[in-house]
Amino acid sequence: MLCILDLSRAISEQGKGQIEEKYGNLFRMYQKITGINAYTEPMRISPAAHFSMGGLWVDYELMTNISGLYAVGEANFADHGANRLGANSLLQACVDGYFIAPYRIPNYLADEIKTGPVDVNHSAFTAAEKAARQQLQRLLNIQGTMPADQFHKALGRILYDKCGLSRSRAGLEEAIASIRTLRDQFYSELSVPGGPDMNSELEKAGRVADYLEVGELMCYDALTREESCGAHFREEHQTSDGEAVCNDQDFAFTSAWEWAGAGQDPIWHKEPLRIDYVTPTVRSYK
Amino acid sequence: MRIQLRIWRQERQTKQGRLLDYSLQNVTPDMSFLEMLDMLNEQLIQKKERPVEFDHDCREGICGQCGLMINGRAHGPLPNTTTCQLHMRTFADGDTIYIEPFRATAFPIKCDLKVDRSAFDRIIQAGGYISASTGEAPEANSIPIRHDVAEAAFDAAACIGCGACVATCKNSSAALFTSDFRQGYPACFVAAGSDRGTAACAANGGSDR
Repeated sequence: MLCILDLSRAISEQGKGQIEEKYGNLFRMYQKITGINAYTEPMRISPAAHFSMGGLWVDYELMTNISGLYAVGEANFADHGANRLGANSLLQACVDGYFIAPYRIPNYLADEIKTGPVDVNHSAFTAAEKAARQQLQRLLNIQGTMPADQFHKALGRILYDKCGLSRSRAGLEEAIASIRTLRDQFYSELSVPGGPDMNSELEKAGRVADYLEVGELMCYDALTREESCGAHFREEHQTSDGEAVCNDQDFAFTSAWEWAGAGQDPIWHKEPLRIDYVTPTVRSYK
Repeated sequence: MRIQLRIWRQERQTKQGRLLDYSLQNVTPDMSFLEMLDMLNEQLIQKKERPVEFDHDCREGICGQCGLMINGRAHGPLPNTTTCQLHMRTFADGDTIYIEPFRATAFPIKCDLKVDRSAFDRIIQAGGYISASTGEAPEANSIPIRHDVAEAAFDAAACIGCGACVATCKNSSAALFTSDFRQGYPACFVAAGSDRGTAACAANGGSDR
């Protein structure tokens, strides 16, 4: 989809100076990316998937379900609604990092004040280190022909097309099947050069392995949500003129998915949203 | 486009590094500089050679990770532009491009183009903010701020802590960063108008982040 944003009338009515003052930074960004001067040529723009909502489940103090393990910033789900735009990620990074973590983590540590130094030879350390090394070695041992980037791009394409701007049951089911196939291919055809030292390709492969899990989960989650809400537009749930139809009766909750082990279906927890002062209504841009 | 690259390769801090030559075909003018390096790495991996290590994260000009010396200038030839926001159309077909890591004693090389900037991070942590009780925030519309003041405030917040000022300084000093930045202007923003000629500051603004 391509839209043309023609600013020639605004420029002739208000003058280039006015437009430059209001939108100069956007015009400069646009010129950097496209090489086109939007003061003299119409802008070519297109809707695009940009952010996804959700993240690790945390409690009110930003602690995950693992005691003592905190998730701050965009990694957690805490400040995400069904949509988020306009400096939300900076807000979360700054608020969580500056104002929440420094106060909540000491609260946890206060209970540990009598705990002595933890022995790094504890069996939990040994087991965790062994598991991490095994995972790295597993990726290095595949010795296939496809770099991690290719899997990353293929996964991105699936998610962009099927779990992006708009979603449908059929599309999401196809996406889940495609991701499972891609994951099998990843573990049989991945190519990581070098060894387990400083190695960006190995690091990237580890991330892509995680993306393959979380990408499937995103499709899974989108499939269960039979409504259109915020950035989640389900094609089955729209009015005849294409407006989103939400279902606050049945879907006023946050889905938290619990990892149940490799190859197991995740466990679905519903956290109801308690809304005291406002009533959710249909948001229309018309 | 056909591009010749001379890239600093250094396996680790304690090993001797050197410039190596690479040549790339089919570079498109729309590619970002980092996408061009991705393309090179993909070809190196295919040839079972060690890919070039370089820092990058958001690729939106916000995070300050992607610092490279490009033809001797921090972040390359464009003013107010980070490496990730530089596109290949800035270069001509057949150009030779020198790519080196940020050079400063305080930024030891980790591998190839990757440097350790944690010394800089510690300065940022120390000077990031102060705690002072300022009372409740007044209603924003009740305190009009002159447009030029608002613009200057934005400029003061534009530093992303990339370290290009240190890499550019002949003495590899962070003095420009600590003095100018903490008085309200990022050093490279000031330097943009000076004969030191760098303008690495990434004052892009306008992102939805």
